[in-house]
Amino acid sequence: MLERTITIRNRSGLHTRPAAALVKTAARFKAEFFIRKDNVEINGKSIIGVMTLAAEQGSALHLRFDGPDEDQAAAAIVDLFERGFDEQ
Amino acid sequence: MTTEPVGTTDQEIILNGIAAAPGIAIGPAYLYSKQVPEVHRKGIAPDETESEIERLRTAIARSTKELQKILAFAEQKLGPDSAKIFEAQIMILGDTILLDTVEKRVRAELLNAEFILSDEITKYRRMMMAAPDEYMHERAHDLEDVMNRVIRNIHDQKLYSRLEGESIIVSETLTPADTVIFSRNQVLGYATDRGGITSHAAILSRSLKIPAVVGLRDVTRRLRTGNRVAIDGYSGLFIINPSEDTLQNLSRKAARFKEFEERLVDVIGLSAETKDHKHVELSANIEQPEEIEYARSQGAIGIGLFRTEAQLIGRPRYPTEDEQYEKYRRVADEIFPHPVIFRTFDVGGDKLLVESYQEQNPFLGWRGIRILLDRPELFLNQLRAILRASTRGNVLIMFPMVSTLQEIRRAKEFVQRAKDELRARGVPFDPKLKVGVMIEVPSAAILADHIAAEVDFLSIGTNDLVQYTMAVDRDNNAVAPLFQQFNPAVLRLLKSIIDAGHKRNIWVGMCGEMACDPLATVLLVGLGLDEFSMIPSMLPEIKKIIRSIRLKDAKRVADKALTFTTDEEIRAYLSEVVKNKVPELPLEI
Repeated sequence: MLERTITIRNRSGLHTRPAAALVKTAARFKAEFFIRKDNVEINGKSIIGVMTLAAEQGSALHLRFDGPDEDQAAAAIVDLFERGFDEQ
Repeated sequence: MTTEPVGTTDQEIILNGIAAAPGIAIGPAYLYSKQVPEVHRKGIAPDETESEIERLRTAIARSTKELQKILAFAEQKLGPDSAKIFEAQIMILGDTILLDTVEKRVRAELLNAEFILSDEITKYRRMMMAAPDEYMHERAHDLEDVMNRVIRNIHDQKLYSRLEGESIIVSETLTPADTVIFSRNQVLGYATDRGGITSHAAILSRSLKIPAVVGLRDVTRRLRTGNRVAIDGYSGLFIINPSEDTLQNLSRKAARFKEFEERLVDVIGLSAETKDHKHVELSANIEQPEEIEYARSQGAIGIGLFRTEAQLIGRPRYPTEDEQYEKYRRVADEIFPHPVIFRTFDVGGDKLLVESYQEQNPFLGWRGIRILLDRPELFLNQLRAILRASTRGNVLIMFPMVSTLQEIRRAKEFVQRAKDELRARGVPFDPKLKVGVMIEVPSAAILADHIAAEVDFLSIGTNDLVQYTMAVDRDNNAVAPLFQQFNPAVLRLLKSIIDAGHKRNIWVGMCGEMACDPLATVLLVGLGLDEFSMIPSMLPEIKKIIRSIRLKDAKRVADKALTFTTDEEIRAYLSEVVKNKVPELPLEI
């Protein structure tokens, strides 16, 4: 199992479009992926879950990856957050 | 007003609402409630699980297809922003984690699919509703919408199939999706409990030319599907069980309006001037670039009021400078060479505020320019966006809800700062961009002479001006008769505002509802109003009146109107005037 903590950089936070990009990326890997914000943990491969987090710019998220390709999954997801979802 | 329970009487009931789209419709009502499909917890046999799951999958596929159709239609009719709601709903239906969970639970718990689905979705909905911001609450409603759609499809009940033949849709409120779907059916008219003149349903009905009355408060509780009803979209009336007399009156009125409207077509291309060639500016009030085409088709020249706050609907945050710039640029380009007046965010009061903020008395609270001056970043962002869109020289800025000179001076300093920042960034803008204010607070109206010395134009917002002058909340039924547009106090204010502007050689316009009240037109021309800005559908009628009068007669009418002592006398006098000057106008008073 692998854990990472990140802060949301992009301005619109984890709203619809970034949420979709996140779920899509996570789906490419076998590893399970969970996101925790405050006391709520959701499945990072579920769009409805990610939307429910209501994570705004500046929110700290705790990411948990578990599976054979967890390294690659973590790298891809963290990269996505760091690029701010390529938001203009 | 009678409050007989529905169905027990055939008595005629007349309800007063807001005229949202002109026209008259008579027909059976179709009561469209967000029928929340009932979900019962039902056990299933182990050998039924696979067929149960198959039903769920079929329902989801069907729901997705429905939403894709709505999405395509919405993108076309409402623009990409409004269409986003449906995109998110489609994504939720594609959530494999959610669906896997539901399927697993159906197999393990041997319960019906709709119960498990609603149980799962309710968990998320609760979390969204617990979030403090309005945006998440809206998303929770989206979730509910999409869930109900799937459940309806599981039940195999097709929601809209019951809409057979022509009917008048009556509902609490209409969402963009509802209006889009209904617009493809045979809809004679719309009536809603809630909503204002700028609601989606209202805007869409106007562009589809379907009569609509909104803001009827409790109409849905007063009738049943199949009841005979009538809509008068000119006067904002909704009639349940219309009597023979009413029906005859309405069809006469419809015929008169139809004849009049046919003749109005001729007026659309003509200039808005009196018989003795006094020209006035006729402009449109809009809130989306998509409305420009319709506004122009009705004879609008420029945009007298672009409500920038419409961008905030259903958003978690204020739009960025670039997002705003794109919108403003599009409007400025489309209306060029004619002008567009962007009113800076007018939030607070009854209008949405992105920050959650509660106050005892919002109409006397933190709204309009007061918010902007307290939120420099927000204000500067918007000013820079508007300035950047001004390079063709056809953009004006207007501040809402000013009540003091200091506010105007500070707001102008912000404009200067925004200009300096753009200059430093090397971004072009119109250095001569004109800045004006709305006059909608009595203090501003009384100080109009001082204000006129410091701005480039004034635009009178009558809705608030009347509300504050008469100290009456017009949404409060108990005091509604005191909302008197023609009260002599209001008339005196109008006269002094217009005179003050002219003394300083600046123009004075009006973008409140009075600008499109046919009863007010002669008076306003006579008072010297330079610009009338209104919902596009009313433009031809107002132009027709302007073209039927002489300036010197209108001045006499204004002088005479100012001698009366009550709203009632002034209305009676003005209706006589209109009947004489424009006998073909089917005025109802």
